[in-house]
Amino acid sequence: MKAIVCVKQVPDTSGKVAVNPDGTLNRASMETITNPDDLNAVEAALKLKDETGCKVVVITMGPPPAEGMLRELLARGADEAVLVSAREFGGSDTFATSQILAAAVKKVGLEDDDIVFCGRQAIDGDTAQVGSQIAEKLGVPQISYAADIKKEGNTVTVKRMLEDGYMTIQAKTPCLLTCIKELNAPRYMSLSGIMDCYAKPVAVYDYNTLKDDPLIDPTTIGLKGSPTNIFKSFTPPQKGKGKMLEGADKATCETLAAELLKKHII
Amino acid sequence: MDFRLTKEEALFQKMCREFALNEVEPIAAEIDEQERYPEETVQKLMKYGLMGIQFPKEVGGSGGNYVCYSIAIEEISRVCGTTGAIISAHGTLGAWPIYAFGTPEQKEKWLRPLIEPKEGAKVGAFGLTEPNAGTDSAAQQTIAEKQEDGSYILNGTKVFITGGGRADTYVVFAMTDKAKGNKGISAFIVDKDDPGFSIGKIEHKMGIRGSQTAELIFEDVHLPADRLLGKENGGFKIAMMTLDGGRIGIASQALGIAQGALDKAIQYMKERVQFGKTLDKFQGLQWMVADMYTQIDAARLLVRRAAFNHDVGLPFTKEAAMAKLYASEVAMDVTTKCVQIYGGYGYIREYPMERMMRDAKITEIYEGTSQVQRMVIAGQVLR
Amino acid sequence: MAEFNNTNLADFSGVWVFWEQRQGKLQPTVLELMSEGRKLADDMGVELCGLLLGKDVDGMAKELGAYGADKVYIADSPLLETYTTDAYAKVICDTVMEKKPEIMLIAATNIGRDLGPRCAARLHTGLTAACTHLDVDVEKYAAFLKEASTLPEAQIDALDRSDRNLKMTRPAFGGHLMATIICPRFRPQMATVRPGVLKKSEYDEAKANAVVVEKLSISLSEADIETKVLEVVKEAKELVDLTGAEVVVSVGRGISKDVETGIKLAEELASEFGGVVGGSRAAIDSGWLTADHQVGQTGKTVHPKLYIALGISGAIQHKAGMQDSECIIAVNKADGAPIFDVADYGICGDLFKVVPMMIDAIKAAKAAK
Repeated sequence: MKAIVCVKQVPDTSGKVAVNPDGTLNRASMETITNPDDLNAVEAALKLKDETGCKVVVITMGPPPAEGMLRELLARGADEAVLVSAREFGGSDTFATSQILAAAVKKVGLEDDDIVFCGRQAIDGDTAQVGSQIAEKLGVPQISYAADIKKEGNTVTVKRMLEDGYMTIQAKTPCLLTCIKELNAPRYMSLSGIMDCYAKPVAVYDYNTLKDDPLIDPTTIGLKGSPTNIFKSFTPPQKGKGKMLEGADKATCETLAAELLKKHII
Repeated sequence: MDFRLTKEEALFQKMCREFALNEVEPIAAEIDEQERYPEETVQKLMKYGLMGIQFPKEVGGSGGNYVCYSIAIEEISRVCGTTGAIISAHGTLGAWPIYAFGTPEQKEKWLRPLIEPKEGAKVGAFGLTEPNAGTDSAAQQTIAEKQEDGSYILNGTKVFITGGGRADTYVVFAMTDKAKGNKGISAFIVDKDDPGFSIGKIEHKMGIRGSQTAELIFEDVHLPADRLLGKENGGFKIAMMTLDGGRIGIASQALGIAQGALDKAIQYMKERVQFGKTLDKFQGLQWMVADMYTQIDAARLLVRRAAFNHDVGLPFTKEAAMAKLYASEVAMDVTTKCVQIYGGYGYIREYPMERMMRDAKITEIYEGTSQVQRMVIAGQVLR
Repeated sequence: MAEFNNTNLADFSGVWVFWEQRQGKLQPTVLELMSEGRKLADDMGVELCGLLLGKDVDGMAKELGAYGADKVYIADSPLLETYTTDAYAKVICDTVMEKKPEIMLIAATNIGRDLGPRCAARLHTGLTAACTHLDVDVEKYAAFLKEASTLPEAQIDALDRSDRNLKMTRPAFGGHLMATIICPRFRPQMATVRPGVLKKSEYDEAKANAVVVEKLSISLSEADIETKVLEVVKEAKELVDLTGAEVVVSVGRGISKDVETGIKLAEELASEFGGVVGGSRAAIDSGWLTADHQVGQTGKTVHPKLYIALGISGAIQHKAGMQDSECIIAVNKADGAPIFDVADYGICGDLFKVVPMMIDAIKAAKAAK
């Protein structure tokens, strides 16, 4: 039994974000982090490991430095890691990414009692698409927005959040779950985990490793295999600075109320 | 020669930083204000192995080294001096002497529960200081009287014990042969539940106000022979060696407080506008920042070197004393300057600066005052 | 599935909107898709169709018409009563393959964002997530760019006017960047649309009876559905309707000194306008308010008539969720707080002192009106 977790290294958009003059993101100048929702997915897998002793495999697609993130996840308690990295995979949209990651999951081996975990969405693209699309490519059921997960035998019962409530959904393994912040509180790396993490295996899957999978085809992966393209990217204009009111007293508030009255807001 | 952290140490630093920001900083002001021991944080520290960093896995520890230990205390003290003090006192003062001088049986029974990476582990403390025996430890008035069956009866009072009242296991020093002065001191392991052992006054302090500093009172406490730590009358050496290592912890705490204060001051300088520009544009303040940054970095090099020496088995008595002396004075200097940079906001409790300044002061005092550090350094240099 | 999409793109026609209903009740955000779909269909000179899945949902068809649909496709089955990814994806994909719409819009609700990607993956087409602006017509797109981007005019004027691709614009990287995505080689062009951003279409009774209804014959059996819904629970707690509110008063880290009073003041202030209370990420992460109160990139996008930010510094993620509000008032202690850069009125002061005075002043202004 395995818990396979798909994770992404993302620029930390909560910190300083640098934009190049041409409107693209200056990734080099930004700190990278493990995508926050993906940490909830990793935690869900590690909890399953705590309960059942299953193996936890983390997979990421990205450039070679993403290995650093994988080591951190190994230090949190994952057993094995896979770095999917090849020039052919570059420029993939969510469709193409899901082709590649699904092929990687198959290469790791998706067995009957396995669960694939993904974060709900990545903070760089905010698409929330790759999880569902991997499930489709793997031909397994998906349950997204998981806020509670229970596994008994081959049955997984999930509390799936909606805007106005939730559903309780059951599925048989193998299946794919996308995890949200409310699911759990991700653990930190532990010191002993850190001491061990460089001895754990990190496999690199390049184009050759995966090329025999029917999902991997020049027409379905990379920039050329991506159905969507970026037509334009741009930065929104800053709204003009408004008016700082003088002081912070009764008179200030009266001035404000008068302005609101004038604008028919009151 | 290599000044870089190993990749494991660097990763550990990152982990400690995340832990400090998420778990420690949010309650730092509150535990200071309430003088509250942060039990919830201590449980998390245990869970992640941060209460047993520098001990090998064979005896129950996390398998790290003193560099890691120093990093952890630095990172956590950047946001909370109290929590840094708790880790330091537990690790080097409470646990280390049992690790270094305990029999295999003592380590299994008393050390393992202190350093195991799990919630609900035990806390250790160190009892040397007495009302009339601070720096002059030979003036010990606590007495352990040997009985015919080889056991001891302990009587006396210890003061200013970090973690006192919360700790489960204490390493306590007492005279076993008063005539011999320093050479008549022995070390004992005392359990919090030993009959006759009670906690006296809990002190109200200037800084590190959540660390719980207490008086220990021993009234005819019966200690079986297997509570003697190391050799009879060999306690002074245990105390001095323990304090050598402890100084690395305090130096790291001082370093962290200084770095944390400067971090916050720099952030504040970039936000605070006076005379139409942010404070970081004023050269007078820029120079203060440059000086502080340099001092802190110099302190860090001293601290890391002391930890490194400890790890590789090189002498570190002088190095640890220099690190503590310098880092604690830097902490005091930097936090005082940072309060100044904050101006009025630095002096009020809504901002963390005055707390950091209060926390910094203890690092010049405990585990040997700055004057004692100079004595130790001079003693080593001039011998 | 790829074969399906190797066919001629010109075979695809019509703009479709997935009419999301839960327990027979329309999700109101679909109305935003209807107005946008109507615009696109008119620009292209094609039909706007609604796609309605459920059990006994025929009665909703007229409603669809009233909101602008020319045609409604209905898939009615007990197996579609409650949403499941498997059943809905199968029916939608089968129908799309048969009817070949050119554009398919889905609301970016939790259900839409579950369903859309599954369908797009099966249909082998592109899907753009959580769009905030859609255009086919290049003139309209150019006008939008001139308003909403910092691109040089020359670059905008140089756009190919004959381009008929759906231009799907969405924020990325926490709102720091906007990207317009196209899907030039595959059909349908699919987009999920972020709730609360686009204008709702108006109800027009006259159009209700004009709508053409086509009942789909679907092939769906229990064996197609691999997940089992054990229960659907409407959360008892009252969720705030931030997106629909005309006035939002949000609190941030600035209330940390006295959270209870801070929230109470915000509520009092909001009630003066009949508004609701929201919060910055800091307020939600600290557990002061529940997640449904969150305004910002990871929370809700709001554009109320009045937005009042109390003790919110104005991190870019927060601004992304509120800077299009018609009028913004900010109260913050730090005079350099970035929130003041987007505020129409800024007051530099302690919110605990300012807000009570503000409430008094507003009461007085109302009384004098």
